[in-house]
Amino acid sequence: MTVKDLAERLNLKVISGAQGLDRVVEGGYTSDLLSDVMGNSEMNQCWITLQTHKNIMAIASLKEIACIVLVKNLEPNPETLEQSNEEGIPILSSSKESFETTGEIYALLK
Amino acid sequence: MRSFKADLHIHSVLSPCGDLEMSPSNIVSKAKELGIECLGIADHNCTLNAKLTQRLGKENGIFVLMGAEVTTKEEAHCLCFFEKEEELDAFQTYLDEKLPKIELDEERFGYQLVVNEREEILEMKQYLLISALDADLDEVYNMVHSLNGLFIPAHINKGANSLTSQLGFVPPDIKADGLEISAHITKQAYLKKNAYLKKFQFIQSSDAHYIHLIGETFCYIVAENELTFSEFRLAIAGKEGRYIQTIE
Repeated sequence: MTVKDLAERLNLKVISGAQGLDRVVEGGYTSDLLSDVMGNSEMNQCWITLQTHKNIMAIASLKEIACIVLVKNLEPNPETLEQSNEEGIPILSSSKESFETTGEIYALLK
Repeated sequence: MRSFKADLHIHSVLSPCGDLEMSPSNIVSKAKELGIECLGIADHNCTLNAKLTQRLGKENGIFVLMGAEVTTKEEAHCLCFFEKEEELDAFQTYLDEKLPKIELDEERFGYQLVVNEREEILEMKQYLLISALDADLDEVYNMVHSLNGLFIPAHINKGANSLTSQLGFVPPDIKADGLEISAHITKQAYLKKNAYLKKFQFIQSSDAHYIHLIGETFCYIVAENELTFSEFRLAIAGKEGRYIQTIE
Protein backbone atom coordinates (compact mmCIF):
# COMPACT_ATOMS: atom_id res chain seq x y z
CA MET A 1 0.00 0.00 0.00
CA THR A 2 1.22 3.52 -0.74
CA VAL A 3 1.03 6.55 1.51
CA LYS A 4 -1.56 7.95 -0.90
CA ASP A 5 -3.78 4.87 -0.50
CA LEU A 6 -3.44 5.11 3.26
CA ALA A 7 -4.42 8.78 3.27
CA GLU A 8 -7.40 8.20 0.99
CA ARG A 9 -8.72 5.09 2.73
CA LEU A 10 -8.57 6.65 6.20
CA ASN A 11 -9.38 10.20 5.21
CA LEU A 12 -6.07 11.58 6.51
CA LYS A 13 -5.11 15.12 5.60
CA VAL A 14 -1.88 15.45 3.63
CA ILE A 15 -0.05 18.34 5.25
CA SER A 16 3.31 18.27 3.52
CA GLY A 17 5.77 16.18 1.56
CA ALA A 18 3.16 15.32 -1.11
CA GLN A 19 5.87 14.32 -3.59
CA GLY A 20 6.44 11.26 -1.40
CA LEU A 21 2.85 9.97 -1.60
CA ASP A 22 3.91 6.97 -3.66
CA ARG A 23 6.19 5.69 -0.87
CA VAL A 24 5.29 2.18 0.22
CA VAL A 25 3.86 1.53 3.67
CA GLU A 26 4.56 -1.95 5.00
CA GLY A 27 3.70 -1.49 8.65
CA GLY A 28 3.48 1.04 11.41
CA TYR A 29 5.02 2.16 14.68
CA THR A 30 3.26 4.19 17.37
CA SER A 31 5.38 6.10 19.89
CA ASP A 32 6.02 9.63 21.13
CA LEU A 33 9.49 9.04 22.51
CA LEU A 34 11.88 9.77 19.69
CA SER A 35 14.67 7.75 21.26
CA ASP A 36 12.33 4.76 21.21
CA VAL A 37 11.40 5.35 17.56
CA MET A 38 15.08 5.69 16.71
CA GLY A 39 15.77 2.33 18.32
CA ASN A 40 12.71 0.32 17.29
CA SER A 41 10.96 1.59 14.19
CA GLU A 42 11.70 -0.03 10.83
CA MET A 43 12.00 1.27 7.31
CA ASN A 44 8.79 1.68 5.30
CA GLN A 45 6.67 1.95 8.42
CA CYS A 46 4.26 4.80 8.97
CA TRP A 47 4.95 6.47 12.31
CA ILE A 48 2.01 7.57 14.44
CA THR A 49 2.86 10.30 16.96
CA LEU A 50 1.80 13.54 18.59
CA GLN A 51 5.30 15.04 18.51
CA THR A 52 5.59 17.98 16.13
CA HIS A 53 9.20 19.10 16.75
CA LYS A 54 11.43 19.08 13.70
CA ASN A 55 13.53 16.25 15.11
CA ILE A 56 10.73 13.90 13.99
CA MET A 57 11.79 14.58 10.40
CA ALA A 58 15.42 13.85 11.15
CA ILE A 59 14.46 10.50 12.61
CA ALA A 60 11.99 9.70 9.82
CA SER A 61 14.74 10.41 7.33
CA LEU A 62 17.42 8.38 9.11
CA LYS A 63 15.10 5.41 9.59
CA GLU A 64 13.54 5.67 6.12
CA ILE A 65 10.06 5.94 7.56
CA ALA A 66 7.35 5.97 4.84
CA CYS A 67 5.34 8.80 6.37
CA ILE A 68 4.46 10.44 9.67
CA VAL A 69 0.86 10.45 10.89
CA LEU A 70 0.10 13.16 13.43
CA VAL A 71 -2.91 12.50 15.64
CA LYS A 72 -5.66 14.71 17.07
CA ASN A 73 -5.48 17.21 14.19
CA LEU A 74 -2.02 18.31 15.29
CA GLU A 75 -0.03 20.40 12.86
CA PRO A 76 3.76 20.20 12.45
CA ASN A 77 5.97 23.12 13.52
CA PRO A 78 6.96 25.34 10.55
CA GLU A 79 10.53 23.92 10.46
CA THR A 80 9.15 20.39 10.53
CA LEU A 81 6.83 21.13 7.63
CA GLU A 82 9.61 22.70 5.62
CA GLN A 83 11.85 19.70 6.08
CA SER A 84 9.06 17.31 5.15
CA ASN A 85 8.65 19.17 1.87
CA GLU A 86 12.40 19.18 1.28
CA GLU A 87 12.82 15.47 1.89
CA GLY A 88 9.58 14.30 0.37
CA ILE A 89 8.56 12.36 3.45
CA PRO A 90 4.84 13.08 3.84
CA ILE A 91 3.24 14.25 7.05
CA LEU A 92 -0.40 13.25 7.35
CA SER A 93 -2.82 14.34 10.03
CA SER A 94 -5.65 12.36 11.60
CA SER A 95 -8.58 13.84 13.48
CA LYS A 96 -8.52 10.83 15.80
CA GLU A 97 -6.37 9.88 18.80
CA SER A 98 -3.36 7.55 18.65
CA PHE A 99 -5.40 4.54 19.77
CA GLU A 100 -8.01 4.82 17.03
CA THR A 101 -5.55 5.90 14.35
CA THR A 102 -3.26 2.99 15.10
CA GLY A 103 -6.19 0.56 15.16
CA GLU A 104 -7.49 1.71 11.79
CA ILE A 105 -4.08 1.56 10.14
CA TYR A 106 -3.44 -1.85 11.66
CA ALA A 107 -6.75 -3.16 10.36
CA LEU A 108 -5.94 -1.84 6.92
CA LEU A 109 -2.44 -3.30 6.72
CA LYS A 110 -2.80 -6.69 8.40
CA MET B 1 39.33 34.34 39.37
CA ARG B 2 38.55 31.35 41.48
CA SER B 3 36.45 28.18 41.42
CA PHE B 4 33.12 27.92 43.22
CA LYS B 5 31.77 24.47 43.99
CA ALA B 6 28.23 24.39 42.60
CA ASP B 7 25.23 22.06 42.59
CA LEU B 8 22.69 23.81 40.42
CA HIS B 9 19.79 21.40 40.34
CA ILE B 10 18.08 20.82 43.69
CA HIS B 11 14.42 20.08 44.40
CA SER B 12 12.69 21.25 47.57
CA VAL B 13 9.51 20.10 49.33
CA LEU B 14 7.64 22.00 46.64
CA SER B 15 8.33 19.23 44.15
CA PRO B 16 5.89 16.37 44.83
CA CYS B 17 8.77 13.93 44.46
CA GLY B 18 11.01 16.05 46.75
CA ASP B 19 11.53 14.53 50.19
CA LEU B 20 9.84 16.29 53.10
CA GLU B 21 13.28 16.96 54.59
CA MET B 22 14.10 19.19 51.62
CA SER B 23 13.17 22.49 53.23
CA PRO B 24 15.12 25.55 52.12
CA SER B 25 16.81 25.72 55.55
CA ASN B 26 17.89 22.06 55.44
CA ILE B 27 19.12 22.40 51.86
CA VAL B 28 21.24 25.42 52.75
CA SER B 29 22.66 23.75 55.90
CA LYS B 30 23.57 20.63 53.98
CA ALA B 31 25.19 22.64 51.20
CA LYS B 32 27.23 24.58 53.75
CA GLU B 33 28.38 21.35 55.39
CA LEU B 34 29.53 20.08 51.98
CA GLY B 35 31.39 23.26 51.07
CA ILE B 36 29.00 24.07 48.22
CA GLU B 37 29.15 27.77 47.42
CA CYS B 38 26.48 27.97 44.76
CA LEU B 39 23.10 26.22 44.64
CA GLY B 40 20.37 26.17 42.01
CA ILE B 41 16.87 25.76 43.33
CA ALA B 42 14.77 24.18 40.59
CA ASP B 43 11.42 22.71 41.55
CA HIS B 44 9.15 21.24 38.90
CA ASN B 45 7.30 24.05 37.13
CA CYS B 46 7.24 26.27 40.20
CA THR B 47 9.57 28.86 41.77
CA LEU B 48 7.90 29.55 45.09
CA ASN B 49 10.62 28.28 47.45
CA ALA B 50 13.41 29.97 45.52
CA LYS B 51 13.44 33.42 47.12
CA LEU B 52 13.62 32.03 50.65
CA THR B 53 16.41 29.67 49.64
CA GLN B 54 18.33 32.56 48.15
CA ARG B 55 17.93 34.64 51.31
CA LEU B 56 18.99 31.78 53.60
CA GLY B 57 21.87 31.04 51.28
CA LYS B 58 23.05 34.63 51.44
CA GLU B 59 23.07 34.52 55.25
CA ASN B 60 25.31 31.46 54.99
CA GLY B 61 27.69 32.62 52.29
CA ILE B 62 26.05 30.57 49.52
CA PHE B 63 24.92 32.12 46.26
CA VAL B 64 21.57 30.67 45.17
CA LEU B 65 20.28 30.74 41.60
CA MET B 66 16.50 31.10 41.69
CA GLY B 67 14.48 29.21 39.13
CA ALA B 68 12.49 26.16 38.18
CA GLU B 69 12.84 22.93 36.25
CA VAL B 70 10.31 23.35 33.51
CA THR B 71 8.64 20.46 31.68
CA THR B 72 8.13 21.63 28.09
CA LYS B 73 5.39 20.38 25.82
CA GLU B 74 7.84 17.78 24.48
CA GLU B 75 8.23 16.63 28.12
CA ALA B 76 11.87 17.65 28.15
CA HIS B 77 13.08 19.04 31.49
CA CYS B 78 14.88 22.38 31.32
CA LEU B 79 16.40 24.52 34.08
CA CYS B 80 15.38 28.18 34.00
CA PHE B 81 17.15 30.70 36.24
CA PHE B 82 16.44 34.37 36.94
CA GLU B 83 18.43 37.18 38.44
CA LYS B 84 15.77 39.42 39.95
CA GLU B 85 12.71 38.71 42.05
CA GLU B 86 10.45 40.64 39.62
CA GLU B 87 11.65 38.46 36.75
CA LEU B 88 11.08 35.34 38.82
CA ASP B 89 7.57 36.55 39.72
CA ALA B 90 6.74 37.20 36.08
CA PHE B 91 7.94 33.72 35.19
CA GLN B 92 5.80 32.24 37.98
CA THR B 93 2.74 33.94 36.47
CA TYR B 94 3.64 32.39 33.12
CA LEU B 95 4.03 28.94 34.72
CA ASP B 96 0.64 29.22 36.45
CA GLU B 97 -0.92 30.11 33.13
CA LYS B 98 0.70 27.28 31.15
CA LEU B 99 0.38 24.46 33.70
CA PRO B 100 -2.58 22.12 33.08
CA LYS B 101 -5.13 22.26 35.89
CA ILE B 102 -4.85 18.71 37.16
CA GLU B 103 -5.71 18.36 40.84
CA LEU B 104 -2.82 16.96 42.88
CA ASP B 105 -3.46 13.53 44.38
CA GLU B 106 -1.12 13.72 47.37
CA GLU B 107 -1.43 10.00 48.16
CA ARG B 108 0.05 9.14 44.79
CA PHE B 109 2.37 12.01 44.00
CA GLY B 110 3.40 13.55 47.33
CA TYR B 111 3.07 17.03 48.79
CA GLN B 112 3.80 20.35 47.07
CA LEU B 113 4.68 22.72 49.88
CA VAL B 114 5.70 26.33 50.02
CA VAL B 115 7.36 26.84 53.41
CA ASN B 116 8.99 29.54 55.49
CA GLU B 117 12.38 29.43 57.22
CA ARG B 118 10.86 27.72 60.29
CA GLU B 119 9.53 24.98 57.99
CA GLU B 120 5.95 26.07 58.54
CA ILE B 121 3.64 25.47 55.59
CA LEU B 122 2.58 28.69 53.87
CA GLU B 123 0.79 27.16 50.91
CA MET B 124 0.01 23.78 49.40
CA LYS B 125 0.04 24.02 45.60
CA GLN B 126 -3.20 22.68 44.23
CA TYR B 127 -2.31 21.53 40.72
CA LEU B 128 0.06 18.70 39.87
CA LEU B 129 3.43 20.31 39.19
CA ILE B 130 5.00 17.46 37.24
CA SER B 131 2.69 17.87 34.23
CA ALA B 132 3.99 19.30 30.98
CA LEU B 133 3.40 22.99 30.26
CA ASP B 134 1.42 23.99 27.22
CA ALA B 135 4.54 25.55 25.69
CA ASP B 136 7.26 24.04 23.55
CA LEU B 137 11.05 24.35 23.91
CA ASP B 138 11.41 27.45 21.75
CA GLU B 139 8.52 29.20 23.43
CA VAL B 140 9.88 28.62 26.93
CA TYR B 141 13.37 29.66 25.82
CA ASN B 142 11.97 32.89 24.38
CA MET B 143 9.96 33.61 27.52
CA VAL B 144 12.99 33.00 29.76
CA HIS B 145 15.11 35.28 27.61
CA SER B 146 12.48 38.01 27.53
CA LEU B 147 12.85 38.00 31.33
CA ASN B 148 16.63 38.15 31.10
CA GLY B 149 16.95 34.59 32.41
CA LEU B 150 19.04 31.56 31.49
CA PHE B 151 17.77 28.36 29.90
CA ILE B 152 19.65 25.10 30.42
CA PRO B 153 18.17 21.78 29.20
CA ALA B 154 18.52 19.32 32.10
CA HIS B 155 20.29 15.93 32.31
CA ILE B 156 20.52 15.65 28.53
CA ASN B 157 22.34 12.32 28.79
CA LYS B 158 19.46 10.60 30.57
CA GLY B 159 16.92 8.19 29.12
CA ALA B 160 13.89 9.94 30.59
CA ASN B 161 12.50 13.47 30.41
CA SER B 162 15.49 14.76 28.51
CA LEU B 163 16.02 16.22 25.06
CA THR B 164 17.60 12.92 24.14
CA SER B 165 14.74 10.72 25.29
CA GLN B 166 11.99 12.96 23.96
CA LEU B 167 13.55 14.12 20.71
CA GLY B 168 15.94 11.27 19.92
CA PHE B 169 18.99 13.54 20.11
CA VAL B 170 19.84 17.07 21.15
CA PRO B 171 18.88 19.25 18.16
CA PRO B 172 22.15 20.70 16.79
CA ASP B 173 20.59 24.17 16.67
CA ILE B 174 18.97 23.94 20.11
CA LYS B 175 18.38 27.36 21.65
CA ALA B 176 20.04 27.10 25.05
CA ASP B 177 22.49 28.97 27.27
CA GLY B 178 24.22 25.80 28.44
CA LEU B 179 23.54 22.12 28.94
CA GLU B 180 23.34 19.90 32.01
CA ILE B 181 24.54 16.35 32.47
CA SER B 182 23.72 14.06 35.38
CA ALA B 183 25.96 12.14 37.78
CA HIS B 184 25.93 9.12 35.48
CA ILE B 185 28.52 10.30 32.96
CA THR B 186 31.47 12.66 32.55
CA LYS B 187 31.48 15.59 30.16
CA GLN B 188 34.45 14.05 28.36
CA ALA B 189 32.62 10.76 27.79
CA TYR B 190 29.46 12.55 26.70
CA LEU B 191 31.27 14.79 24.22
CA LYS B 192 33.16 11.85 22.75
CA LYS B 193 29.81 10.68 21.37
CA ASN B 194 28.26 14.13 20.87
CA ALA B 195 31.11 16.27 19.62
CA TYR B 196 28.68 18.65 17.92
CA LEU B 197 27.72 20.02 21.34
CA LYS B 198 31.20 21.09 22.40
CA LYS B 199 30.41 24.75 21.79
CA PHE B 200 28.30 24.66 24.97
CA GLN B 201 29.39 25.00 28.57
CA PHE B 202 28.18 22.04 30.61
CA ILE B 203 27.02 22.04 34.19
CA GLN B 204 26.82 18.81 36.12
CA SER B 205 24.38 18.54 38.99
CA SER B 206 22.84 16.11 41.44
CA ASP B 207 19.13 16.68 40.69
CA ALA B 208 18.78 15.89 44.41
CA HIS B 209 15.31 15.08 45.72
CA TYR B 210 16.75 13.79 49.04
CA ILE B 211 19.03 15.59 51.44
CA HIS B 212 21.82 12.99 51.32
CA LEU B 213 22.04 13.33 47.53
CA ILE B 214 22.88 17.04 47.50
CA GLY B 215 26.38 17.39 46.08
CA GLU B 216 26.39 13.79 44.82
CA THR B 217 27.88 15.35 41.76
CA PHE B 218 28.73 19.01 41.15
CA CYS B 219 30.76 21.34 39.00
CA TYR B 220 32.90 24.43 39.51
CA ILE B 221 32.00 27.89 38.35
CA VAL B 222 35.21 29.71 37.52
CA ALA B 223 34.49 33.40 38.00
CA GLU B 224 35.47 36.62 39.72
CA ASN B 225 35.95 36.54 43.47
CA GLU B 226 32.40 37.48 44.33
CA LEU B 227 29.88 35.20 42.65
CA THR B 228 26.83 36.98 41.20
CA PHE B 229 24.21 36.17 38.60
CA SER B 230 26.15 38.26 36.07
CA GLU B 231 29.29 36.24 36.80
CA PHE B 232 27.32 33.01 36.32
CA ARG B 233 25.88 34.39 33.08
CA LEU B 234 29.42 34.96 31.79
CA ALA B 235 30.57 31.54 33.00
CA ILE B 236 27.74 29.63 31.31
CA ALA B 237 28.54 31.53 28.11
CA GLY B 238 32.26 30.81 28.53
CA LYS B 239 33.01 34.50 28.17
CA GLU B 240 35.65 36.89 29.54
CA GLY B 241 37.73 34.14 31.08
CA ARG B 242 34.80 32.69 33.03
CA TYR B 243 33.70 29.10 32.45
CA ILE B 244 32.29 25.95 34.02
CA GLN B 245 34.64 23.17 35.04
CA THR B 246 33.10 19.71 35.38
CA ILE B 247 34.66 16.94 37.45
CA GLU B 248 36.46 14.07 35.68
